[in-house]
Amino acid sequence: MSNRTFYNEVLTDHNIHPENKFKIKDFTFEKEGVNPSCGDDIVLQIKYEDGVIADAAFIGEGCAISQASADIMTSLVKGKTKEEALRLSDIFLRMIKGEASEDEIAELEEGSALEDISHMPARVKCAVLGWRTLNEILKDA
Amino acid sequence: MSNISEDRDFELDSNRIRRHFPLINNRKIAYLDNGATTQKPMQVLEAVNNYYEKNNANPFRGVYELSVDATDAYEKARARVAEFIGAKTEEIVFTRNASESINLVAYSLGINGIKEGDEIVVSIAEHHSNFLPWLQVAKRTGAKVVFWECDEEGNFDIATLKNLVNEKTKLVAITQVSNVIGRINDVKSYAKVARSVGAKILVDGAQSVPHMPVNVKDLDCDYLVFSGHKMLSPMGIGVLYGKLELLEEMDPFLYGGEMIETVTRNGATYAEVPHKFEAGTVNVGDAVGLEAAIDYIDTIGFDTIMRRERALTQYAFELIKDINGIEIIGSQDANEHEGIITFRVNGVHPHDVASIFDTKGVAVRAGHHCAQPLLQHLYDLKDEKPTGGISTTRASISFYNNVEDIERFAKALSEIRGEMGYE
Repeated sequence: MSNRTFYNEVLTDHNIHPENKFKIKDFTFEKEGVNPSCGDDIVLQIKYEDGVIADAAFIGEGCAISQASADIMTSLVKGKTKEEALRLSDIFLRMIKGEASEDEIAELEEGSALEDISHMPARVKCAVLGWRTLNEILKDA
Repeated sequence: MSNISEDRDFELDSNRIRRHFPLINNRKIAYLDNGATTQKPMQVLEAVNNYYEKNNANPFRGVYELSVDATDAYEKARARVAEFIGAKTEEIVFTRNASESINLVAYSLGINGIKEGDEIVVSIAEHHSNFLPWLQVAKRTGAKVVFWECDEEGNFDIATLKNLVNEKTKLVAITQVSNVIGRINDVKSYAKVARSVGAKILVDGAQSVPHMPVNVKDLDCDYLVFSGHKMLSPMGIGVLYGKLELLEEMDPFLYGGEMIETVTRNGATYAEVPHKFEAGTVNVGDAVGLEAAIDYIDTIGFDTIMRRERALTQYAFELIKDINGIEIIGSQDANEHEGIITFRVNGVHPHDVASIFDTKGVAVRAGHHCAQPLLQHLYDLKDEKPTGGISTTRASISFYNNVEDIERFAKALSEIRGEMGYE
């Protein structure tokens, strides 16, 4: 227990007003990510062109952490190469374990709003759902 | 209506009772997940400890005095449980929990008792543990599970039950208090309906036995199951009550030591009821803990327990009824909730709700409460599809909660939508 409230404005705003919660008409890859124990469920789509993630979006249902994290993730990886996106994913997953440096966390931009989830072990799986699904999708790319 | 926030006697009572609960004093949280498991008073912890310090040996096996003492401790606990619910001592089978008790009956009836074409009536409000075992029995025998549905407020209409049962009905499985809706079901009347067609009734007492006097003779139910850990006892001890003549007819569930009389190369004859259902070394320590919990409940008294739980539930309703964006599942009348308040916070996923409660030192349960068919049914009735699925948040009250717990809960609840970015 702590008095820290990790539901900061960045997180709640991405939850209520997501930027990338829609379907991409001409997506290249699609993957579903599910947390069976809590019901978080997203379908991630990317449009992959010339080695670059030209567009990324998702649809789904779940808690604010899972939905906001997926929204922030899709914003971040847009315009990135597969390698750049995988690097960000690696930083994010290490941040959640409390293992990323400050400089690395800065690269995550708004993704750093989820740093405090590392203090909430019960919610880690919500925060990483979008990124885990991205890793899966990039295996196909 | 009396306001317990200014009731000095209520506060003194709270303080007196809470001193018995070490965890409540060690962790300064408002623990409102009593429907999942309760905390344990020191009287229970000490009884378990005392058993291991003075009487522990493998019961039923040894001829030495210590083993006899362990056997006596176990059988004394059984007799106490029997007395507590108005049963005969040999009608009490110790299990691990209510789930195992139901599985025992289901397994046994599935082997010998329920056949193809038979019907099992299961209420839609059942915990998965009083639903999935029957579904398995149906799948393996060719019997059919028939659902008894409730209305929007969780009321079960006995006229519906009368229409559902017939000469094919072998069993009615229903909870006395739903772990989501929290109202008392009139299982005594349901038992009569079941009997009128020759069916048996199994009552899930997991959420009732800890909170109110339950007497199996008065209910005239065929089976009653409950868990020790939801009523102040250690985890790992549960109870199956079954009418003696039924237990005697039933096949064993688990095979092994203790449950046999004689074993040859070709088979065995089985021990008397209840031992034929208790294969392997039994859980004496926690049975002793359950006995101590019953003694403790008797010392506090069900009149006090019920008065306190109802007063706290009413106070909680009063504090949360005007909070914007809260929807209470089941009846809107506090008197219809036995300490269980299940709710949704509009626009906020229950896991976020529970996490915010956690940051404010309030422990509540989020999810589907192992009752997915019920939650789905309640939304189907309303013809709505809630965002974020069927999950809800549940606060469940015990007599050892106090006014401050309820006030912390209500204050936290009033802040949640704001923290999540809503007006």
